[in-house]
Amino acid sequence: MATSAFKRWFHRFGSLPYFYGVSRSWARWLAVPGLVLAGYAVFAGLVLVPADYQQGDVFRILYIHVPSAWLSLFGYTAMAVAGVITLVWRLKLAEIFIVAAAPIGASFTFLALVTGAIWGKPTWGTFWVWDARLTSELILLFLYLGVIALHQAIESPRTAARACALLSIVGVVNVPIIHYSVVWWTTLHQGATVKLTGGSHMESDMLWPLLAGALGFTLIFGWLTLWGMRVQLLWRERRSRWVMRMVQDG
Amino acid sequence: MADSVQEFLAMGGYARYVWSAYGIAAVVLVFNVLRPLVAHRRLKRRIRNGEFVDD
Repeated sequence: MATSAFKRWFHRFGSLPYFYGVSRSWARWLAVPGLVLAGYAVFAGLVLVPADYQQGDVFRILYIHVPSAWLSLFGYTAMAVAGVITLVWRLKLAEIFIVAAAPIGASFTFLALVTGAIWGKPTWGTFWVWDARLTSELILLFLYLGVIALHQAIESPRTAARACALLSIVGVVNVPIIHYSVVWWTTLHQGATVKLTGGSHMESDMLWPLLAGALGFTLIFGWLTLWGMRVQLLWRERRSRWVMRMVQDG
Repeated sequence: MADSVQEFLAMGGYARYVWSAYGIAAVVLVFNVLRPLVAHRRLKRRIRNGEFVDD
């Protein structure tokens, strides 16, 4: 009983016309709270939160930098999970997720690197150092770009998806390296500010907007990835009857 | 009021760092919002024009 209910759900969810139809409103339900939370984080970061007693106002970059960096890791991990689903169950939506998420993840990795460099100049006296945290994050950007390039290089969409899935899974080894880089190696980059256990090194007035920013960025990632998936799905199914009919109808 | 706005924009002397970081973030977000919407519209038009009917 339970298995057949699950199978039915699985097929319904895996059905591409069904997904294409509902994903539009799912995207909206992610966009609104995502933009509200990120907007609150930006407003708090720029206006409400007092300047840092050591760094002054430049520390306000934190409210962009940390959510972007978090998202760069979250996005790649999600791609690796989708990679496993792609290889094991051949679920088309998982294939499409990887392809749609890669450019968005790459954008936010780029944003984490650039805001970090801008912050580094007045704080460390340099835009860039080849230390563990910065270098491993740069490698993450190359991994994202690798997935994008791989997808574009292989003509057959299913073969391309399997290759991208494999690269996502192999590359995810870099995620814990980035996370622990500030612990394992001496680095200019400061240690974790936010910790799940053992208390965070931050006043709660400064911390809440940061958490709101991280959650907001994650919801925005979901919204944008859903839209990317819709485009990818339409492209893959461009010759199918349901797409033809739907497009003709309006 | 005008003074406090100016003070806010000055960001304690770090204006160019803070505003360039937030500016680039805004550009990245807008780009990522527009990219799929434009691609979606363009692809729908191509399908409607029958570009993929028999090839």
